[in-house]
Amino acid sequence: MEIILALAIGIMGGSGVYLLLRPRTFQVIIGLSLLAYAVNLFIFSMGRLNLGRAPVIVPSHGSNPAFYADPLPQALVLTAIVIGFATTALFLVVLLASRGLTGTDHVDGREPEQE
Amino acid sequence: MSGWLQHLPILPVVLPLFAGAAMLLFGETRRRARTILALTSTIAQLVVAITLLGMSGGLISAPWGSDVGVYALGDWAAPFGIVLVVDRLSAIMLTLGATLGLATLVYSLARWERAGAHFLPLSQFLLMGISGAFLTGDLFNLFVFFEVLLAASYGLVLHGSGATRVRAGLHYIVVNLVASLLFLIAAALIYGVTGTLNIAELALRIPLLVGDERALVDAAAALLGVVFLVKAGAWPLNFWLVPAYGAAAAPVAGVFAILTKVGVYALVRFETLLGDAAPAPFGGEWMFYTGLATIATGTLGMLAAQQLDRLAGCTVIVSSGTLLTAFGFDGYALTGPGLFYLVSSVLASAAFFMVIEMAERGRAIAADLLAVSFEAFGLQDPQDPRQIESVVGFPIPAAMAFLGLAFVLCAVLVTGLPPLSGFVGKFTLLAAAIAFEPGPGSNAPHPGLFIAALLLSGLAGVVALSRIGTRIFWSTERSVPRLQWTEAVPVTALLLLCVALAGGAGPAMTYFNTTAQYLEGRGYVEAVLPGMTVTEGFAR
Repeated sequence: MEIILALAIGIMGGSGVYLLLRPRTFQVIIGLSLLAYAVNLFIFSMGRLNLGRAPVIVPSHGSNPAFYADPLPQALVLTAIVIGFATTALFLVVLLASRGLTGTDHVDGREPEQE
Repeated sequence: MSGWLQHLPILPVVLPLFAGAAMLLFGETRRRARTILALTSTIAQLVVAITLLGMSGGLISAPWGSDVGVYALGDWAAPFGIVLVVDRLSAIMLTLGATLGLATLVYSLARWERAGAHFLPLSQFLLMGISGAFLTGDLFNLFVFFEVLLAASYGLVLHGSGATRVRAGLHYIVVNLVASLLFLIAAALIYGVTGTLNIAELALRIPLLVGDERALVDAAAALLGVVFLVKAGAWPLNFWLVPAYGAAAAPVAGVFAILTKVGVYALVRFETLLGDAAPAPFGGEWMFYTGLATIATGTLGMLAAQQLDRLAGCTVIVSSGTLLTAFGFDGYALTGPGLFYLVSSVLASAAFFMVIEMAERGRAIAADLLAVSFEAFGLQDPQDPRQIESVVGFPIPAAMAFLGLAFVLCAVLVTGLPPLSGFVGKFTLLAAAIAFEPGPGSNAPHPGLFIAALLLSGLAGVVALSRIGTRIFWSTERSVPRLQWTEAVPVTALLLLCVALAGGAGPAMTYFNTTAQYLEGRGYVEAVLPGMTVTEGFAR
């Protein structure tokens, strides 16, 4: 399970960084989204990977934390997802405004000169 | 009464939140109601901030009985709940933020507020993020407040629209989004190792870590350091800063003057709390050399700048670099003077951005540009609100005399010439650097480097500013700009504050030096986690 998760984070992070460095705004926004997914999985994994543990209190398990999954990273991921969603939406608007105002989807607002 | 006063620390966050949200309900057409609400909320924030400053300085008796106020949200005690912490450092920054907020708000009422939608609510949310970032005692909460202030700043940097702003804003947004992702990785990694996000508990646990865990926390700290250095505008992470600040509307750029200091504040907070155990990016040497490189970039930028707004952006970089270098010294000898310089330079750069916008109003576009730079930075924005002819209120007489005087004062302040507070800040920094003696066996960098960088950047600033000032104020091809009282008053107020800071340099410096002593001690940790002892860094 660890190796699958690590690979997933690595591949998404790598693709995200690659796309982020591309010159078109659409590639950049997809890169940012992929990176955000990778980061969210990473935060999740920081609560340790466990199987079959209760996410919320189960009366029969009592108060022993060994029976429960760590709730804090889940709360962090939730916050990060919401914030990431909002900023991506905002960036999308800026991207469209830039496209409309400059007539190109290059991140610098103008096409590189042909050589 | 004192029961209510306990809730004072949450007000700088709650007030702008509710005021901004309420303004959204009013709609764009109810401008009067929005303006009154914004002014009331910002003035209230300033009053609260000054009260907190008095309480943490011991001038007003504080309901929490010591000079560090801890506010547990929902009354969940740290480290389980999220706490807000008011100490001397955060109170200074809070007051500074509220002052800038009020000055730029009054300035924007004359025309900029109408250049686009939702200026007032956004600026309230920006203030909320800034105050929250200064107050919070929790690492993840710090991330959330960073996002609040960034989200608002994304909106504000685009305020007024136009191709130049959107292009600069695009870069600004991408850089900060990536920095936020790095922040998340760092926060998660730190939580994964230490099992806590409370900054005070981190200060207890991190020094006890050994081996692999220590290495992981060092890696996380490196990422965190990168995030804060991006915010602080440190070289080589500052190429977004000059275009974004230059393109932003004047009141926006004015309040942005404190955004870079949020990064500096976070670095100082972690550096002082972790003490000797601070991982590399927060420790002395790294910050020192990064700061030197930042000063160098800013200085070269000032000399190369053709436009005043880019020049002003470069002065922000120089002041960030100076602060990083000063705080990068071993120990706390330069911390007090550094704080003095911080306050003075933030006030001065905010005033500077506004003076520039007023001074450039009457000029034919591109009159001061070389042909090359005109081509590079694009044509006149068709939607530039500088072109708005409708003027509310009474234009003030002798506008040019006022602007010239204000420009000279700003120049004196940012370059650190006598007699204003910029000089006091730089002079005390230099004096502390000369008197600085590295501890035995430390391979601390030489203070001479810092002294040389500070003096050279000041000289370059004088050259660049006098060159551009000559072209603007002694040019014959210009019309006199029309100014409003509401635009002149905030600039005057900011400059008068700097004059007052120079006049009251003695008491102010005592306050800042006491702050430095407090930062050196363990007052923060003891106030947040009274009586807590930790025997193991690793939590599981």
